Amino acid sequence: MARYILQRLGYMLLTLFLIATFSFFLMKMLPGSPMKAEEKLSEAQLEILYEKYNLDDPVPVQYINYLGNLVQGDLGVSFQLNNQPVTDLLASRIPVSAHLGFQAMILGTILGMLLGLVAAVRNNSWIDYTSNVISVIGISIPSFIFAGLLQYFVGVKLGLLPIAFWEGFKHTIMPTIALAIFPLAIAARFLRTEMIEVLGSDYIVTARAKGVTKGGIMFKHGLRNALIPLVTVMGPMAVSLMTGTLVIEQIFSIPGIGEQFVTSVTTNDFPVIMGTTLFFAFFFILIILVIDILYGIIDPRIRLAGGKD
Amino acid sequence: MRKANWLLLAMALLLSVFLAACSGGSSSEGDSSGEDTGTEEGTDEGTSEEGGEASGEQVLNLLDTSQIPTMDSSHATDAVAFQYLGSTMEGLYRLGENAEPVPGIAEGEPEVSEDGLTWNIKLREDAVWSNGDPVTAHDFVFAWRRAIDPDTGSEYGPFMMNDVLKNATAINNGEKDVEELGVEAVSDYELKITLEKAVPYFHSLLTFGTYLPLNEDFVTEQGDDYALTSDNLIYNGPFVLEDWDPKANESWTMKKNPDYWDAETVQLEEINVDVVKETSTAVNLYDTGETDRASLTAEFVEQYAGTEDYRTLPEPTLFYLKMNQANEYLANKNIRKAIAMAINKQDMVDVILANGSIVSNAAVPVDFTTHPESGEDFRDINGDLLTTDKEQAKELWQKGLDELGVDSIELRYLGGDTETATEMDAYIKNQLEETLEGLTVEISSVPFEERIARDEASDYDIQNSGWGPDYLDPSTWLNMWTSDSPYMTMNYNNEEYDSLIKEANNELLTDLSARYDNYLEAEKVLMDDAAIAPLYQRSRAYLWRPSVKGVIFNPMGADFSYKWAYIEE
Repeated sequence: MARYILQRLGYMLLTLFLIATFSFFLMKMLPGSPMKAEEKLSEAQLEILYEKYNLDDPVPVQYINYLGNLVQGDLGVSFQLNNQPVTDLLASRIPVSAHLGFQAMILGTILGMLLGLVAAVRNNSWIDYTSNVISVIGISIPSFIFAGLLQYFVGVKLGLLPIAFWEGFKHTIMPTIALAIFPLAIAARFLRTEMIEVLGSDYIVTARAKGVTKGGIMFKHGLRNALIPLVTVMGPMAVSLMTGTLVIEQIFSIPGIGEQFVTSVTTNDFPVIMGTTLFFAFFFILIILVIDILYGIIDPRIRLAGGKD
Repeated sequence: MRKANWLLLAMALLLSVFLAACSGGSSSEGDSSGEDTGTEEGTDEGTSEEGGEASGEQVLNLLDTSQIPTMDSSHATDAVAFQYLGSTMEGLYRLGENAEPVPGIAEGEPEVSEDGLTWNIKLREDAVWSNGDPVTAHDFVFAWRRAIDPDTGSEYGPFMMNDVLKNATAINNGEKDVEELGVEAVSDYELKITLEKAVPYFHSLLTFGTYLPLNEDFVTEQGDDYALTSDNLIYNGPFVLEDWDPKANESWTMKKNPDYWDAETVQLEEINVDVVKETSTAVNLYDTGETDRASLTAEFVEQYAGTEDYRTLPEPTLFYLKMNQANEYLANKNIRKAIAMAINKQDMVDVILANGSIVSNAAVPVDFTTHPESGEDFRDINGDLLTTDKEQAKELWQKGLDELGVDSIELRYLGGDTETATEMDAYIKNQLEETLEGLTVEISSVPFEERIARDEASDYDIQNSGWGPDYLDPSTWLNMWTSDSPYMTMNYNNEEYDSLIKEANNELLTDLSARYDNYLEAEKVLMDDAAIAPLYQRSRAYLWRPSVKGVIFNPMGADFSYKWAYIEE
């Protein structure tokens, strides 16, 4: 296992290096520069600025310099938020997005699994149909609609929760719910389908025949096997939820990374684009590793370290 | 059993949310405010009401649509940065009512030499920084040198100072030493400024953020940390900034500065600002009384127009079509004129923008500058120069086609990719194709950076573009269309126009009245050539708490001045 993880970490570094390289060159192909008043400045003025910020070097030279700094942990400073170190920016924005994404993920997954489980057990009952309707709505209607409705009805009309901002637990409730709808729907659908299939398989019949209790069948034999596909889908979803969601952050005015990232791309804020991309990539690769390890725990038939174990 | 009940309840709740979703309609996402070319300057309506009394709690709660990108005056480039610099810092002058510069750190009016090249300004001796240091002439010398020094990497330093302050351009190019900049401290409280030429609008330029003073000791001591948060700043203006940390928070507070030299004029105790980008959120916060101002996008205007909270503020920002004469068809004057006259601009501002924006029929906005002698508005003197007239457009179009010997033309149209921009571009395409027989317009909607890149490369036939002013002078609108201007990317070349502008920028610099007449004449030439097709002058629609009084709206620099604002409950 340890050797396997070490090997995977090696691949991780290689992947990160490739991602850094590709994103760097792709980014350099974007039109424009990070200068904010670009359309007002003359060619000569721009050249002086490019020289000052080393943007006039040939791209390969810029690339080597960037990698050099990166290895030393220096992500540079932002152009958009003048002179703010990118590491500080990421360090203060990512926890906010991660906090919100994590809450939404937990809430969505738990409610979704409950819903899926009940629907599978009471297959073709009204609960099953209700669960189905909820899932379809949750998947097809974008989260910002829920966010807007929650904000209007719960925040403005009922005055129960704060309309926006990020100032305490109360402020996290509405964005969490709005964001949780999608994972909830996905979890419910996947678990229902898988459970129905698993509950109909031979070893469940055997277990029943052996006199295993209903709860035992459900959780020990059924749920455990039905979880595999769910874990596959939920992993990447966790990443996308926890790395900042532009729309929800915007609607509730949450100082997360999602909005910052989009702004950095539209303004050619190279250091922020690179820093955020690399962090997202790192997080994604990490989650995939965790999922692979989880597979082994959930289903011992899946072997990670090929060969002897 | 208890568990099952709880579950049912949870599901019922969820379900009710979904059902509401089905009936409640959509559109909770506002769109960004149309097409912007970078800096947006404010408005001209000095609607502050005199004679009111402050009463009730003097706390103002505001929203802004963007984080403050920087509080370092050498690096500020946009409306938001200039807004908060203007509220917390004091330059030599500050824009007061009707965009008149009123003394700030300067004790009175400047003493200007006969040739307009030397400005002597006495500073007040009672102005201090929030750390207790006095504000002196050295602070201005240090700040201006810093802004023009190529090592600083300032964008607006060279943009605002080149060809204005003596030696600025040469210093920025690295040809001269920064000490040779045309500004010196004669004594602690006397500043001598030398200009490259007699810039007629220099007085108002001195109110601009780039010309703010900086305390050398503090800035040097802070080094790279200067202005990174509100704790890394000192202030000399009406308010001090607190809790501002752009890397972590999207809110900040401005408190009345007790050490401000004119503190007794300032009535507001506190201004709280939160960043809210979503219009629906802003409106919700306004409706629940959590903010005193929310800016509105077109879809909300209908709901609030006519209420006492609804206000539109016209801005001196113009939008127009640039027509590239490198295209053989657009090189024909009749074709250009036909295009400029074929669009129903009134419907466009009423229906698509719906925020109080007004039709523009020329190249200089309404309520921007007045004639130095008669005091009449530029727009009132020149009037409408290029108006909608579909019949005439059709005639000119036919004439143009005959001259070119073709019966159909295809043109590439470059526009922005925001919701308002794409809607407007589709409307314009429709208007043009409907009115002008044989015309096909091919729209490409691209992101802002891409549009600028194509603009610089003259890679378009028609482009929907806009401009905000940088100083209070007609030249900010007309200098850019000369054949050697870097902004004139549409291959327009008219010797008469060039010579009128050149004259205005050289021999007429000290004859302000004749100079103004030159600009009036130049605009006529430009419009007669239909070098650009004017579209509209932008307004912003707001919800404003009626109890908020005395806010001044500026046509450049900081959009709003809160120095004289108060709340009358």
